[in-house]
Amino acid sequence: MEPTLAGAKRLLPRRLALGAAALSLLAASVFSQSVLADAANTTGLAVTDTEVLVGQLHSATGTMAISETGSIQAERLAIDQINASGGILGRQIKVVQEDGASDWPTFAEKAKKLLVGDKVAAVFGCWTSASRKAVLPVFEKENGLLYYPTFYEGLEQSKNVIYTGQEATQQILASLDWIAQNKGAKTFYLIGSDYIWPRTSMKIARKHIENVLHGTVVGEDYYPLGNTQFGSLINKVKLKKPDVVFAAVVGGSNVAFYKQMKAAGVTSAKQNLLTLSVTEDELLGIGGENMAGFYASMKYFQSLDNPNNKAFVEAFKAKYGKDSVIGDVTQAAYLGPWLWKAAVEKAGSFDIDKVVAASPGIELKTAPEGYVKIHDNHHLWSKSRIGEVLPNGQFKVLYESELIEPNPFPKGYQ
Amino acid sequence: MEWLSEFGAIAAMQGFNGLSVFCVLLLMALGLAIIFGQMGVINMAHGEFLTIGAYTTYLLSSLTLDYFPALQPYYFFFAIALSFVVAGAVGWLVEWAMISRLYNRPLDTLLATWGLSLFMQQGFRSIFGAREVSATPPEWLMGSFSLSDAIDIPRNGVFTMALTVLMTGAVFVLLYRSRWGLQVRATVQNRMMSRAVGINTRKVDRMTFALGCGIAGVAGAAFTTIGSTGPTAGSLYIVDTFLVVVFGGAQSLFGTIASAFAIAQTQSVSEFFMSGSMAKVLTLSAVILILMLRPQGLFTSKVRK
Repeated sequence: MEPTLAGAKRLLPRRLALGAAALSLLAASVFSQSVLADAANTTGLAVTDTEVLVGQLHSATGTMAISETGSIQAERLAIDQINASGGILGRQIKVVQEDGASDWPTFAEKAKKLLVGDKVAAVFGCWTSASRKAVLPVFEKENGLLYYPTFYEGLEQSKNVIYTGQEATQQILASLDWIAQNKGAKTFYLIGSDYIWPRTSMKIARKHIENVLHGTVVGEDYYPLGNTQFGSLINKVKLKKPDVVFAAVVGGSNVAFYKQMKAAGVTSAKQNLLTLSVTEDELLGIGGENMAGFYASMKYFQSLDNPNNKAFVEAFKAKYGKDSVIGDVTQAAYLGPWLWKAAVEKAGSFDIDKVVAASPGIELKTAPEGYVKIHDNHHLWSKSRIGEVLPNGQFKVLYESELIEPNPFPKGYQ
Repeated sequence: MEWLSEFGAIAAMQGFNGLSVFCVLLLMALGLAIIFGQMGVINMAHGEFLTIGAYTTYLLSSLTLDYFPALQPYYFFFAIALSFVVAGAVGWLVEWAMISRLYNRPLDTLLATWGLSLFMQQGFRSIFGAREVSATPPEWLMGSFSLSDAIDIPRNGVFTMALTVLMTGAVFVLLYRSRWGLQVRATVQNRMMSRAVGINTRKVDRMTFALGCGIAGVAGAAFTTIGSTGPTAGSLYIVDTFLVVVFGGAQSLFGTIASAFAIAQTQSVSEFFMSGSMAKVLTLSAVILILMLRPQGLFTSKVRK
């Protein structure tokens, strides 16, 4: 494609110099086309007149496939919908999918392949903070653009990343306020898996509980990833009798934790529990009946009652089967391609720097979660919601906050 | 006075918790104790045989719910039996196709079975999907016996205990009281001599491996009530399982029991007084220290090399 475009460009001045009406008309069309292609090609991205290449980088295999499959599906759905509605700047999106295989060095390697080898215009990918931290230097060095879907611990901001999930303060503060007000909660027991996200989240939660809500943290416990025995912990909870158990347990541990809580008689009838880490996806494994009546803090629930979401859920089920469920991160992943499309169209170019510059202020009124807007710090303004677990594995939305400003470096919480 | 009764209640529940962790560890380790302990095969795919049991239970659970809802309260017993058969049959196949070609090459076995575990994990993922699934346990298995206001004894814990006692008893009888067990122990002690007296060691190996895998399947079925069922669920258990067997002394069934008990109690008690991660650190440090002093493990039986 490139030689012809270059040829057209060289012809341009001569044609204009002729001044013939018919030819100038032709020239105008050539001109407008060539500017478009030219602008798109300034940084050597894989953009042709008809196609633009993007990357998808998730774990399709390994431990994390459980969580990342939903994101892969949602991004695909968004891309298909964009293509069906005419693509971006007249170009169809073509996807190169790479498998991070739940292995962080592999993520970095594949990121490099996508950026340097395939020259993709954007990458939708990663799930765990560990994988994001692994690819971050690659994206910054090669000047790529990553759309990251997971709610995470914050304390990060990169020119080359757009964070479509919530950062910790968005997810935590409003939910703690809600449970303090509505359940009169004064004492809290903090429980998490032992890695960066739960630890950072609990640090923020503790500061908020002690300094803002003037409550007490009666216990704080972390368990290794993959731990499946929570008997002692449950006994400690029974002994301390906190008003609220505040939990961020992940992975296989999650299932074991809630099944054992139920088995030990710690149910919603006796104990309030608020979690940061259970979406509809996790509920499939835990079983709604084992968690019924407990609360989760998320920005999105599948049961949200608005036209955007109804259309989204319908399209998702049409594509992936009527039994498929949609969790918070899946919805956030769905936003990625749409936010990118909006930014590219605003910039009038696929050029990474221009798209990044155009991103802050981009609004999406068609988001299933309602309305989102990209902040200067590359995170999204979003609402926080409290859902109550129903036995059928869905959530009943009890509360919805105002739009919350993302604040990845919260003062007084570190 | 009130705090005293509460203290008593918590102590009772902690005691039960320790016992329940002990039973879980023992049930997991039992299969490996046979395969690794008796045959000396380092089976890295042991966790995946557990997963086979868990998925078998899940399948049976969904089938019962869909087609025979009336049988739902009883399906769990069939699930346990079927898990034993399925995991055992796969074990039989694996022994025939792979392990039997690798005897006396422990490092190759380690690599090959690790490869097998990856292969099986991806197999589960392709068949059942990457997401975790949940078998619906019968109603009588969920919830707890409330002995008093403060004391709740989880039913699935009691069930797992009963199952563990049953399985351990069965394995004991098989190994130490049956003709087949005699052949197994003879093969372990001196393969050449066993052959010389007419024991078909090939057949003994195959049976032993299949039995170990079958027991792992039973453990997997039991664990659907306490843990998760996903393609990689087995890997959650494999480290603890090896820990128990190695710490107990590879060739001793009593060693495995003692070791599961010691590890479970240390873990359970220390978890009560400190964070879960620190408790794990403490337990592992204790195990390492003891293994440094006693590399052969807690108990050993005399073996002629």
